[in-house]
Amino acid sequence: MFYRECGNFKDNYASDMAIFPIPLDRYGFIVMLILALIVIPLTATDYWISSIMIPFYCFALSAFGLNILAGYAGQISIGHAAFMAVGAYASLILYGRYGIPLLPSILGGGIVSAAVGTFFGLPALRIKGFYLAISTLASQFIIQWVIVHWRWVSGGVFGTVEAPDMQIFGWALDTPVRKYYLVLCIMILLITFGKNLVRGQLGRNWMAIRDIDYAAEIIGVNLYRDKLIAFAVSTFYAGIAGSLITFCYYGAANIEEFHVMVSFALIGMIIIGGLGTILGSFLGAGFFVLLPIAINQSLGAFMDVVPSDILSNIEAIIFGGLIVLFLIVEPYGMARLWHTIKDKMRLWPFPY
Amino acid sequence: MTFFFEVLINGLLMGIMYSLVALGFALIYKASDVFNMAQGAMSLLAGLALVGFLEMSFPLWLALLCTVGIMIILAYSTVFFVLKPLVNRPPLMLFMATFGIMYLLEGIGQSIWGTDAKGLNIGIPEISFEIRGILMNTFDLTFAGVAALLVASLVWFFQKTRTGRALRAVSDDHEAALSVGIPLLKAWAVTWVIAGIVATVAGVAWGSRLGVQFSLGYIAFKALPVLIIGGIDSIPGAIIAGLIVGAGETLAEVFIGPYVGGGIQTFFPYLIALLVLYFKPYGLFGKEIIERV
Amino acid sequence: MGRKLMFTLFVLVVAASFVMVSGPAMAADKEKKKEAPKQYVPLLIYRTGPFAAGGSGIGSGWEDFMQLRNMQGGVNGIMYEWEECETAYNVARGIECYERVKSKKPAYIHPISTGITYALLPKGTKDHIPIVFEGYGRADAADGRVFKWAFNFPTHYWSQNTAKIKFIAMKQGWDGKNMADIGKYLKGLKIANLHIDVPYGQETKPILDDMAKKYGLVVRHFPVSWPGIDQKAQWMDIVRRFKADWVINRNWGVSCTVPLKEAARMGFPRNRILGVWWCGSEEDVLPAGPAAKGYYATNFHGVGRDFPMIKQIVDKVYGAMKGNISFTRVGSVYYNRGVITGITMDEALRTAHKKFGVKVINAEEMRWALEHMNITEERIKEIGAEGLMQPMKTSCADHEGGGLVRIQQWDGQKWVVASDWISPMKDYVRDMVEKSAAKFAKEKKIKLRDCSKVD
Repeated sequence: MFYRECGNFKDNYASDMAIFPIPLDRYGFIVMLILALIVIPLTATDYWISSIMIPFYCFALSAFGLNILAGYAGQISIGHAAFMAVGAYASLILYGRYGIPLLPSILGGGIVSAAVGTFFGLPALRIKGFYLAISTLASQFIIQWVIVHWRWVSGGVFGTVEAPDMQIFGWALDTPVRKYYLVLCIMILLITFGKNLVRGQLGRNWMAIRDIDYAAEIIGVNLYRDKLIAFAVSTFYAGIAGSLITFCYYGAANIEEFHVMVSFALIGMIIIGGLGTILGSFLGAGFFVLLPIAINQSLGAFMDVVPSDILSNIEAIIFGGLIVLFLIVEPYGMARLWHTIKDKMRLWPFPY
Repeated sequence: MTFFFEVLINGLLMGIMYSLVALGFALIYKASDVFNMAQGAMSLLAGLALVGFLEMSFPLWLALLCTVGIMIILAYSTVFFVLKPLVNRPPLMLFMATFGIMYLLEGIGQSIWGTDAKGLNIGIPEISFEIRGILMNTFDLTFAGVAALLVASLVWFFQKTRTGRALRAVSDDHEAALSVGIPLLKAWAVTWVIAGIVATVAGVAWGSRLGVQFSLGYIAFKALPVLIIGGIDSIPGAIIAGLIVGAGETLAEVFIGPYVGGGIQTFFPYLIALLVLYFKPYGLFGKEIIERV
Repeated sequence: MGRKLMFTLFVLVVAASFVMVSGPAMAADKEKKKEAPKQYVPLLIYRTGPFAAGGSGIGSGWEDFMQLRNMQGGVNGIMYEWEECETAYNVARGIECYERVKSKKPAYIHPISTGITYALLPKGTKDHIPIVFEGYGRADAADGRVFKWAFNFPTHYWSQNTAKIKFIAMKQGWDGKNMADIGKYLKGLKIANLHIDVPYGQETKPILDDMAKKYGLVVRHFPVSWPGIDQKAQWMDIVRRFKADWVINRNWGVSCTVPLKEAARMGFPRNRILGVWWCGSEEDVLPAGPAAKGYYATNFHGVGRDFPMIKQIVDKVYGAMKGNISFTRVGSVYYNRGVITGITMDEALRTAHKKFGVKVINAEEMRWALEHMNITEERIKEIGAEGLMQPMKTSCADHEGGGLVRIQQWDGQKWVVASDWISPMKDYVRDMVEKSAAKFAKEKKIKLRDCSKVD
């Protein structure tokens, strides 16, 4: 009843362009913000903050980056974990070895990642679809190889670069809550930026490319430039996410954290969550980051009844089953599910 | 120089092993536009089942038969429980669904037959011999023969039999095939069964090399560059690209590797793929999609 | 209709999972309060995934040991309580597990994975939780002055590799005693270091290169890209071009098995392949079948059931049907490694009980105890682990403690002991360790602990 516009009363451009045209959505968003900014840091335990919420945000950010590329511009990349690694190593080296302040270092990680990403995006100018998707796997393996073999990057045979203690303007970021705020602030900033990007000219160009690329070219979209920009922006997000998760959660950059399966998981996140939606990036990250942990923890209760090796396998079975189930229930992702509910609510209680 | 040819020939033989895996992908993609990430897991499941049956002291032929039986059940349940509800969805969703199937198969396979690595020996001789200083092995040659036989029979099946022609019709145009009375789901199920049999062959081939264990599923990664070089939907493409990849990566590792620190085997096939795709964006033999507005 | 049904099913699953998550958690809270305090031991285990053999073997051996101790009345009356956290050998999941168990105040963490160890070392140092990696992880952590919270007893990769070189020299005819003329037997010998191309595999490259210079060996590194299912190129090169005399098999999981098969196919003698101790389990050689016969592998403990400790476990734990793994694997390499892990933990706890009193030991106290362990020959005999484990004595400076390495050979059916305990080139390794640790300390600006002042 309350969830509707009551007709089209938009009388200025500002309201027409509003991100949340419906008041209830706006309130909902504010509630989420309050929850994330105030309630969670105050109530959650350190475990929840540091190893559930922080990775969740980082993966959501990275998934959003991939969503820009895959969901908006229609180019699939299965190498995003490697770009996270590039961001992580780059920012750690900038901060730890060259003493550049934290925020510029993180930004630097993103920029390096974007530069590398643009380079690996070049094949997209000619290749499409699954062919492109698989050839982006090249970036995953090449970057992995370079990081392992290039001693200057990996810092010796142990292949691990530790994250130093973090400081912003002399203020130490040492507790999980402070790290949480760092991640949250950067994430909100970047997501807002991204949302506006995809609402603008560039975003519309991308969507045109995604839908029919040669048609887009005919109406004057610069295909090559915009595809490369999509790669740059997307890998920039991946780089930032990688550096944040390393600084605030992993504590050390290790190439095995950015394994090819993580790349596949990122693709999974945006498909399960919903291509081309921001909400989808979050829901998908939730599905892939939180669900396995939830399954694992809840199965722990059956420890005494079921042999533990079977228990571990059941985790894979439940997870795989849920992926299939989700796709059957809502092939366009969890975000679409939410839209369906929203549409129903708009007409409720008189759906005729 | 002899060493060069030795590496080349053994690389080619290795490539055939990749082709065996890539074939399964190509078959399914051709018929149902599904990029089947679970292909590696299918081989794993087949391997696990085969070893399981052999451990129950089944004779080899019966064990193989039972394994194929399991693959048939798997094919039908995939088609009817997963693909059927997802008909006409974008290919990306189907790809994701197979990703879920991969987890399912890994979990189920390991719950039933355990996670221990097991040996698989089905009596293929492994005798090395030299011809003009070039070392070869009967095992590799056997599987080269098996692959050749497999491809020949697949080509025969698709060209000459009624079912095969129906499958080709389905892969060309779903709706047109439906309208002339070809049951779509049944056709898909048959394709998945064939892919399952190919996965079994790949599982046996790789399983006798590596032992049957979780890592058997990783052979899928080896097949991916082969696929895009040959064209995702091409059966001869899978074989030829397999040869290219096998020879290319082995030669690169042996002759370029020492200068750059080695271990370039993982990504070298992708470099070849990028090179090929630059000239032929749909692979060597892939169907070029002609788009019209 | 179908979709509606699916939707209902889906809602049910979600609801059920919520109940599953919240229900047991609350129930568990209620139960906990009544019982006597127990020593909490988290196990970062992997029973699934490509390396399941290692994780399940070690984890179960360890659990069975704790089960045995609990049946015998615990450590000085304190019972063990353990919890598994499945990592699937995945570093990110390992970190999550660490954070999860951290709040329950574990005495120490044993990640059973080199990758996870690399990731957890800085965390452990910060959170003051000892990270123990028995036979894996970084070698230079043996320098306790730099790595206060890390322990790699009873031996590490670098010690292992010097022992390997010694063993190779012995096979070439060296008497095994006179270090001065070992070079004579090694000179010009071609050794191929076949390693998996991840940080774990790279770890021994410096020490092998250094020894190559020292003894006139020809060492070449052959990286195998992950996951290492195809090593044809490497083996063509090793056998047909490099013509190696010995091959060091430094792989993990499936990539341990492939070399045996490839060597057989190339006609390279298997008794010239020497594996790391993570390539020396039954699970590594069985899939290779007859191709594995004659293969050498290093180890730092005994194999089989022929030890009083293992017999006790068989009788009491498996007799009472409380075992954690299929009975056939009891006594296998990984299983025994898990039992050793349990024994060292047990001994560390006893050491701590002596100093701090009999109670549940916390991480700080455990760290002290791990640094003051002294497991002598007599004590080993007393526990019933003679031949199963080596004596070791840790100190503030030396976090390695033991260092002895043993070579075993696969006879087609089981592992048989192929050498006595070989002591590594201790001073040489120590020197390397200190150099590497000093470099690390300089980078991280860690002040070395002065061990003369620590009690």
